[in-house]
Amino acid sequence: MHTGLTDTEIISRVLKGDQQAYAQIVERYKNYIFTLTLRMVDNREDAEEISQDIFIKAYRSLADFRGESKFSTWLYTITRTSCITFLRKKKLDTTSIDNEKTYIQVESRESGFKANTIEQKSKHAMVNEAIRMLSPDDAQVITLFYKGEQTLEEIGNVLGLDSNTVKVKLYRARQRLKEKMEKYFSHEVREIQGN
Amino acid sequence: MRYVKFRGIDYLTDNESNWIELCNIINERKNNFMDTQLNMEERLWDYIDGLSSMKERSAIDKLIETNLEWKNKYKELLEAHQLMISGDLDEPSMRFTKTVMEEIAKYHVAPATRTYINKKIIWGIGSFFIIVIVGFLIYALSQINYADATTPKILNEYNNTMNKVDWSKFFSSTYTNIFMGINVILGLMMLDIYLTRKRQQHKEA
Repeated sequence: MHTGLTDTEIISRVLKGDQQAYAQIVERYKNYIFTLTLRMVDNREDAEEISQDIFIKAYRSLADFRGESKFSTWLYTITRTSCITFLRKKKLDTTSIDNEKTYIQVESRESGFKANTIEQKSKHAMVNEAIRMLSPDDAQVITLFYKGEQTLEEIGNVLGLDSNTVKVKLYRARQRLKEKMEKYFSHEVREIQGN
Repeated sequence: MRYVKFRGIDYLTDNESNWIELCNIINERKNNFMDTQLNMEERLWDYIDGLSSMKERSAIDKLIETNLEWKNKYKELLEAHQLMISGDLDEPSMRFTKTVMEEIAKYHVAPATRTYINKKIIWGIGSFFIIVIVGFLIYALSQINYADATTPKILNEYNNTMNKVDWSKFFSSTYTNIFMGINVILGLMMLDIYLTRKRQQHKEA
């Protein structure tokens, strides 16, 4: 195994024919890509299949990665395209997802939470759950900013928005996340704080 | 603002308009308070995200030190920020990497797009069409009899002009054959490029 190599070094190895080096890229980004995909399609099986496809597509087009942006940014462009294609195939446009699906999602999760109130959730798990309740757009911005360590400019480049718009979107997403936390987890938060 | 000075509510009973004014003042203050809250959060998020300017940072540093409200809000937002940063990502199945590696074993990295898209060919095709269009225009314009341009009705003028264009010269068998011949050659070249690329992809797979 190659350890401690940068993305660019691993990619140049892969391009020289060391196919096994690509496993390091997959290991490094699989959780990130899987999380982003899961937040867009909201189904683990579909998310896993799409994520695998994303890594295969990325491998096939690796020669096109020119290093002008972070590898994670480039990988995210493939992720976004793949998820949109998948959702289109399922005849779900993004706007209907924003509204209907989130509502259904929240409804179903609400009942789940009520059943699980005895179970003590960690703060991290609660934040993750609350992020999943957000619309795909909000969840994407938060995940890209916090998990992908993308700057506002980088997120803007991928989403085709200027950095100020991304900043506003991020601010609003955080507000909505806070609302979700307060609505669904205030009890658990109080319990944790009380312990 | 004069109601700030009121010691008792009895003053208000004198006149109905005083009550309305008081309501307006309360609403205004409520909105101002909410604006301040939003502004505070926005400024603190910028501070936490490292997006504030140096001047703004030092101003917020002071506010956090001296103002309890700012201090508490900062603590709250910072905790949320740290939670989001340190939170776990979802994990796919244990076999994920293995499955991907098994799949990619069937493929090779495709050549970079820029290597098989020859810009000279694209420019060549583009130039050809531009030359053809410009040629058409020049020829058509050269056929116009500007001496008749004083005709009052534009439509008549147009029709007259179009009638004066000698289309038989332009669409003579020689010109048409040359034009069609070039297009057929270009078409065959494009088909050849497409089939070569397909054959390469098939070989790689």
